[in-house]
Amino acid sequence: MAEAAASAKGLAPSARAGGLVVLAGLLVAVLVLSIAVGARAIPLSDIWSALVAFDPSQTNHRIILDLRLPRTLVGLLVGAALGLSGAILQGATRNPLADPGILGINAGATLCVVLGISVFGITQLSGYVWLAFLGAGGATVAVYLIASLGREGATPVKLALAGAAVTAVLTSVTSAILITSVETLDQIRFWQVGALTGRTNEILLQVTPFILAGIVLALATSRILDGLALGDDVARGLGMKVQRSRALVGLAAVILAGAATAAAGPIAFVGLTVPHVARAFTGPNYRWLLPYSMLLAPVMLLGADIVGRVIVPPGELQVGIVTAALGAPFFIALVRRRKLAEL
Amino acid sequence: MSTTGFAPVGTVVAVRRRLQRRYALVMALLAVLTLAAIGLALAVGDYPLPLAEVVRSLLSPFTGNVEPAGDFIVLGVRLPRAVAGLLAGGAFGLSGVLFQSVLRNPLASPDIVGITMGASATAVAAIIVFDWSGTAVSLSACVGAVVIALLIYGLSWRNGVTPYRLVLIGIGMSAIAGAVVSYLFTRARIFDVQEALAWLTGSLNGASFEHLAPLALALLVLTPVAAVLWRSLNALQLGDDTAKALGTRVELSRLGLIIVAVLLAAAATAAVGPVAFVAFVSGPIARRLLGPAGNALLPSALVGGLVTIGSDFVAQHMLGRNQLPVGVVTGAFGAVFLIYLLAAAHRSGRGG
Repeated sequence: MAEAAASAKGLAPSARAGGLVVLAGLLVAVLVLSIAVGARAIPLSDIWSALVAFDPSQTNHRIILDLRLPRTLVGLLVGAALGLSGAILQGATRNPLADPGILGINAGATLCVVLGISVFGITQLSGYVWLAFLGAGGATVAVYLIASLGREGATPVKLALAGAAVTAVLTSVTSAILITSVETLDQIRFWQVGALTGRTNEILLQVTPFILAGIVLALATSRILDGLALGDDVARGLGMKVQRSRALVGLAAVILAGAATAAAGPIAFVGLTVPHVARAFTGPNYRWLLPYSMLLAPVMLLGADIVGRVIVPPGELQVGIVTAALGAPFFIALVRRRKLAEL
Repeated sequence: MSTTGFAPVGTVVAVRRRLQRRYALVMALLAVLTLAAIGLALAVGDYPLPLAEVVRSLLSPFTGNVEPAGDFIVLGVRLPRAVAGLLAGGAFGLSGVLFQSVLRNPLASPDIVGITMGASATAVAAIIVFDWSGTAVSLSACVGAVVIALLIYGLSWRNGVTPYRLVLIGIGMSAIAGAVVSYLFTRARIFDVQEALAWLTGSLNGASFEHLAPLALALLVLTPVAAVLWRSLNALQLGDDTAKALGTRVELSRLGLIIVAVLLAAAATAAVGPVAFVAFVSGPIARRLLGPAGNALLPSALVGGLVTIGSDFVAQHMLGRNQLPVGVVTGAFGAVFLIYLLAAAHRSGRGG
């Protein structure tokens, strides 16, 4: 696989479907591991019996259904959402640095959660979900409106700059609050890292509909993204409605990244890097890039979560830290070894 | 701004003259605004002074017309603070516009390609793990910035360095440094975290001329170097192949400019902490003011200084009793300006 992927075009077209099957297999393996591994190791036979014949008197069964399964499913959905939203945002803005952070999603979510803690005294993880969603959506709408001002409308460069500017404003307010309130800082520092710890069925149910809808919408935009990749002028020449297409992609991205951030906190690295890794296998074609990103990201996120659970016993390392610490060296090695397909 | 076909020589000259006038106008405007901001910063405070009194204090070392209380406030407290803002903001502005131009990406400021994050990681480690403070923290920030820059450049090297690879590796290194900061934040005592956060925000508190000397020296040496290397940058903007064809020694120019940019960012970070977003907004603001009128190097430095001094004024005097560190406001202040300029750009071709 490594030799075939050495060119900028990625795998040969005939091998791409095979690669997707391999990825899906990897994902299943990681899902099973994520349920089995932790402070208390659970044998595979118990996982099966807990799923088909749940017995509340058995501790292992309770752990699986109340803790490990929701955590694993949240990781699966959040990972898929981050990978997809990163890929479509990089396509829509044609900037390799684009990630959910670029549309102000992370900064908006963080500010709303910080406000929720400091003003309303909310300390429940499930209470953060709607706040984060509200902040992510509000920030993205602001970014899009600002970028649309002026005669050219929302060009990629203006979107990126407007996103960074809005992020700057929101981050300023956040740090003003954190600097003056130690209690809020103490609460937020664990959420802000990005973690899957303590994510319950309640949180899973809150975000699942959004992420599923976002996935459908995002996968449907692959043709739009292939068109936008040619540049606005060519895309327009091919009969595309460039502004409307970009807005549609933005909508999918904000649903996905907003829900992911609401569930797990701001995990920047996955959405940023997974599409670049996927591009090494698929080349620039979005019809392949999107499903690859969608499967690869949860493998990375859940893999990192599993490592984080066992690496510093008896404690845990937050998944946001592990994804960066393990993912970044891998990402750097990949960037060094291959001639990546540029956007 | 394209002159299509065969423009008469007169038209070309007229256009060029108009661009030169615009450049001079922008520079003059920025200089006047900066001076006004410094004047305000020296005059306003808990102990307000009339401008005449400020001028007298500033001249007192030469005229001998001394008045201890006023002189202490102007020369000992407010002037170092304003100079710190001017120098650090200028250095961040220069550093940012150099990175953005060399890497051909408006998002590629030292904040984003990892330089600032490297400085933050070592400084936070110094505060939380080693319980250091003051100069030791500044020095470790400087070391962190230079080390991460070397790592990024070294890891990007593969028969030369392309901007695309440099930016991606920068993101990777930035993520690693960010993970270090996050990890230390979740493990440390909350009071250490608070101290580290204060440093990370960046502040002009306690600025003194002795602390500013290294930064002033860095600016004095590096600005002319940047100006000389900047000429080759216009060729780099056209893409590596075109630049090579034009005879620019691409790799060498790029390395030189990046070294200058890293050292400026490191010196400014060591002096006042990683004040957010100044490096990022200065270049785009300067470019939008200039339009096609060219060389954004010095205007970016002035914008950086202006944004920092202006933000510090807002943070000190306009936000009620809580005096906030400057880094809290630079983001909002600089960004609002950038948003206005984005919205006001109606001519096509000014998007970047």
